[in-house]
Amino acid sequence: MTYIVKPRLRHPALPVNKLGFTHRDYEGTVSTLCAGCGHDSISAAIIQACFELAIEPHRVAKLSGIGCSSKTPTYFLGQSHGFNSVHGRMPSVLTGANLANKDLIYLGVSGDGDSASIGLGQFVHCIRRGVNMVYITENNGVYGLTKGQFSATADKGSKSKGGASNMDTALDLASMALMVGASFVGRSFSGDKEQMVPLIMAAMRHPGPAFIDIVSPCVAFNNHAGSTKAYDFVRAHNEAVNSLDIMEPRNPITVEYAPGTTEEVALHDGSTLRLAKLDASYDPHDRIMAMAYLQAKAAKGEFVTGLIYMDRQAGDLHANLGTVDAPLNSLSEKELCPGAKALDGFNTSHR
Amino acid sequence: MAYFAEIPLVLIDVQRGGPSTGMPTRTQQADLLLAAYASHGDTKHVMLFPQDPRELFEFAAQAFDLAERLQTPIFVMEDLDIGMNEWLCEPFTWDDARVYDRGKVMSAEELESGKLFGRYLDVDGDAIPWRTLPGTHPTKGAYFTRGSSHDKMAKYTEEGEAYQEVMQRLLRKFETAKAYVPAPVVRRAKEKTGFGAIYFGSTAPAMDEALAALEDQGLHLDTLRLRSFPFSEAVSEFINAHDQVFLVEQNRDAQMRMLLVNECGIDPARFISVLQYDGTPVTARFIIDAIAARMRLPAREAAE
Ligand SMILES: Cc1ncc(C[n+]2csc(CCOP(=O)(O)OP(=O)(O)O)c2C)c(N)n1
Ligand code: SF4
Ligand SMILES: [Mg+2]
Repeated sequence: MTYIVKPRLRHPALPVNKLGFTHRDYEGTVSTLCAGCGHDSISAAIIQACFELAIEPHRVAKLSGIGCSSKTPTYFLGQSHGFNSVHGRMPSVLTGANLANKDLIYLGVSGDGDSASIGLGQFVHCIRRGVNMVYITENNGVYGLTKGQFSATADKGSKSKGGASNMDTALDLASMALMVGASFVGRSFSGDKEQMVPLIMAAMRHPGPAFIDIVSPCVAFNNHAGSTKAYDFVRAHNEAVNSLDIMEPRNPITVEYAPGTTEEVALHDGSTLRLAKLDASYDPHDRIMAMAYLQAKAAKGEFVTGLIYMDRQAGDLHANLGTVDAPLNSLSEKELCPGAKALDGFNTSHR
Repeated sequence: MAYFAEIPLVLIDVQRGGPSTGMPTRTQQADLLLAAYASHGDTKHVMLFPQDPRELFEFAAQAFDLAERLQTPIFVMEDLDIGMNEWLCEPFTWDDARVYDRGKVMSAEELESGKLFGRYLDVDGDAIPWRTLPGTHPTKGAYFTRGSSHDKMAKYTEEGEAYQEVMQRLLRKFETAKAYVPAPVVRRAKEKTGFGAIYFGSTAPAMDEALAALEDQGLHLDTLRLRSFPFSEAVSEFINAHDQVFLVEQNRDAQMRMLLVNECGIDPARFISVLQYDGTPVTARFIIDAIAARMRLPAREAAE
């Protein structure tokens, strides 16, 4: 039995996507975060990306850990199943869900505390196993929900609201994701919707572990002078290596670029990702170079954004495990149980 | 979290000698309390106690059915002796007509027909709610769950009454579990006796041998082999029907006794603990010595 997706009643002037959905069909409940929190801008970008990709909301599963960032999945995709799980444990819960049904789109939302502190092991292993997902960290350098303690991504020397300096070395999640095998790595800034939306769209179309680190200032605890995760600081120090644009299969190309400055990458679903290179020397398909580039820029206090890396031959956990085509949760005892005869063979082998 | 979010889950605890890293290659039954009340806050978990590899095979399969039926973690409490050492047991069997119990999963058809769905709603009176699988229906049946406090409709709440309602239902669900878990095995002595003995898990073969020897010595005991937690009525009935009940366990603190006293409201004085926890499998000789001594007979002679 199949069901026709019926969009909700809508104002005739609201724009619709090719499924007939409006923005509102991708929204969730009203956010309870602080006004001006970067996380809300990321939720808006997720809504926009899903709207533009015309994703059926109920085919997305959204998962999170604990934190202000991890609360956000209630604020988008109200028609999707969601699980606000345990602090630092989103990757395991997501891996399990993905194993049960590989046909859904998995969106993991986490924070820097959730992924770089308590959940660091989970973050690393989920990516190295190649789980097909979009994993977003909403990175503000602090534990926002627990009132602003430094997280493991706080830069050395960055100042807390009370004036204390962070003396620990910062973890760079994008570099770590590259190192442990993410086949898509992006980095962005919550104040740059133009960049976030196509990046999230491309990540959703990517058939492997896609990680996006989005710096997302915490206006309550980490938006002051001396903090390297404050709006002003990030605006002044971020440098995009490319700008992205997703083109639907038959859409005409409308913008002209100078030769050699753009690259078109065919995406999974037949659409095209057009990359306008802002740094002509940067090749986002070269993982080693990407790692070196991030480190070199970081040493100069610069913060690289854009599509950092994309493997055009990406595979995923299910391909590695050789699972069957049907989602595992649709199999019955007929396919799953080897039966009494096989068991007799087993018994005999132990005599 | 799986208890509170009501996620079907099977955990197999191969109990080695604790505490901490303890005796990693040695056997014990010392994780009972840990598993029964695992996690902070008020929790209670279903446990199964297989007696040998064959029963472990059966319980492992049954655990998946129970997990989906009861939507809660099921702990299969396997003694390391069963998990790691070679055993002689009956061949495993499987009934090809057996179907998996997927529990209360609401289908797209049911949602479409307008059946009421609330993730934590008790519609059938057995305290087990219905669930949906992600991606089932475009507009109905989606829910957002969490390990934090929620109401019947899975909505976040810190309202005391709504929270308590969920907590009380979970307690009732634990009652419901009693009807689904494997029943205890009771064996009557040849003669009427005021003595009973309770045991579980890998103690079974040694207990069988000990009982036969004790019987040869004219010492009669009724026995009950526990196979699951929560305990059914049959367990408290058995205990209350005897003046003294030996409780054989492979741990220091008589953890099963604590569970029985706590969950069945039984007078602790009724139990005589027989505890062996040196890491080696419990022997018939040890059980015979301990029980015979208490039944006021020369222990050595009883064993020989
Ligand atoms: C196991 C556990 N440890 C600690 C906490 C307390 N805690 C709640 S949120 C949080 C940090 C969240 O930081 P982050 O992931 O960066 O989210 P943000 O609020 O900054 O978006 C901590 C430590 C918890 N909920 N659970
Ligand atoms: S405390 Fe910080 S992270 Fe949390 S909602 Fe407020 S601004 Fe956002
Ligand atoms: Mg944070």
